[in-house]
Amino acid sequence: MELKDLYRDVILDHNKRPRNFGLIEHPDARADGHNPLCGDRLTLSIKLNGDRVEDVRFEGKGCAISTASASMMTEAIKGKDRAAIDELFHKVHTLLTDQAAVPSPDLGKLAALSGVREFPARVKCASLCWHTLNAALEQSDAAAPATVSTE
Amino acid sequence: MAANLMPARVAQPYDVERVRRDFPILSREVHGRKLVYLDSAASSQRPQQVIDAVDRYEKYSHANVHRGVHALSQEATEAFEGARDRVRRFINARSTKEVIFTRGTTEGINLVAQSWARSRLGPGDEILITALEHHANIVPWQLVCEQIGATLKVAPIDKHGELIFDRFEALLSPRTKLVAAAHVSNALGTILPIKRIIDAAHKHGALALVDGAQAIPHARVDMQALDADFYSFSAHKLYGPTGIGVLYGREALLEAMPPWQGGGDMIRSVTFAKSTWNDLPWKFEAGTPNMSGAVGLAAAMDYVDALGLEAIAAHEHGLLEYATAELKRIPGIEIIGTAAHKAAVISFTLQGVHPHDIGTILDAEGVAIRTGHHCAMPVMDFFEVPATARASFACYTTRGEVDALVAALNKVREVFG
Repeated sequence: MELKDLYRDVILDHNKRPRNFGLIEHPDARADGHNPLCGDRLTLSIKLNGDRVEDVRFEGKGCAISTASASMMTEAIKGKDRAAIDELFHKVHTLLTDQAAVPSPDLGKLAALSGVREFPARVKCASLCWHTLNAALEQSDAAAPATVSTE
Repeated sequence: MAANLMPARVAQPYDVERVRRDFPILSREVHGRKLVYLDSAASSQRPQQVIDAVDRYEKYSHANVHRGVHALSQEATEAFEGARDRVRRFINARSTKEVIFTRGTTEGINLVAQSWARSRLGPGDEILITALEHHANIVPWQLVCEQIGATLKVAPIDKHGELIFDRFEALLSPRTKLVAAAHVSNALGTILPIKRIIDAAHKHGALALVDGAQAIPHARVDMQALDADFYSFSAHKLYGPTGIGVLYGREALLEAMPPWQGGGDMIRSVTFAKSTWNDLPWKFEAGTPNMSGAVGLAAAMDYVDALGLEAIAAHEHGLLEYATAELKRIPGIEIIGTAAHKAAVISFTLQGVHPHDIGTILDAEGVAIRTGHHCAMPVMDFFEVPATARASFACYTTRGEVDALVAALNKVREVFG
């Protein structure tokens, strides 16, 4: 395991200057994510056009991996519809858990997360935002706001 | 001036390198680096003496206790009950009837909640805890309060992580039936004024339970001097095995309390119409107990006594002062918990870096610390941090390891620029 594989420049950059940070007023979908192990919390708010993500923002406190992962995710999913997001989720999940996986070329910046799989204790940090996204989108038809926990 | 002809009793200087040789795990490597184990407040390591005692029991003396007439069962019973007496001497309890073996601190507290509080308290009664408690000394009281309609009150702390004693006293009233407090805070290291807390509880007619998990490896705990009604601790924080702990309880109280769990060993007679209970301490030990654990705990107490708890405490205090001074020199470090009296625990944050990231980078350098909420979420909320990094020291910790911690923290600052 190499620290520089985990803390790549792009990750440190997104941690320091998270993109799409904040809340959307009157969102179409919203969910809170919580990782009780490290105390990470994040709130995703989403503006939808049909099943396409028009705008997405996140807010919360977390470690560098969870902050950078959420920041990069918001960039990656903007403009994508549900099917494309599901496909991306699957690719990120494989990247985080499968030691042999070669990053898919359409992952873009998200490929920087490949170092996380060498650090099993940190996989949940990187995946929290994705699980929260899933909960938000699933709840977008339902009434109550969703909460997910990675424990 | 006449020379004093009496030779001064000079204590042997504390030889930490000799102590370290007793702990096989300390010679291993982590990620290709020498292990620097600074997480003893979570669980301490075991010396060869404890490992050997458990090993001998498993190899030569194991059978079920209190049952058979055969030689092994008698040997196992002697080893188990001998361990109980070793514990009694270590904590200076009056009798082995006051020494209940449990799975650990948490189970001891739950036992008191479910046996004593549940059968004695009801609506209008109050249980008073402090804002420093570990979840193990919060949640069992929440559960029982829910069951019986009693109320849980919390005495506040100040910005140093010290109990505000006046506010604590002001919360005591005739409604207070139990005060449950940590002896030492696991998250911050604060040593609470436990004797004053116990005396104040008694003055108001309340009982006092002490969560001693963090105190037992750092200070001599004398049940008769302390006068607590219940005192719960775990072996694995005292260089002993996991899965075994002790609940000390005042005999008259235990005698009057109903059993908590039912099963074998805790009964005198069973019929389908009615069962009767065994004597103390077995009334509270349903099922086959953790015999090898008890043997390991007794060996750990022998080990600690041979080193001298006072000598260990002095060694750790020196490390605490050294580490506190060294950490303060690192830009961006904030020490959380600055009580006047602390055990060998330093909780801290580093500006701009989440404790989880600190933990990962330190681990890559071979330095094991705890990061997170330390099972004390209300303490984290009070200091408005999601988590802290925590280094804790034990009888085998060296100044060189503190230096390794400082070097690794500088590495964290390097990575995060």
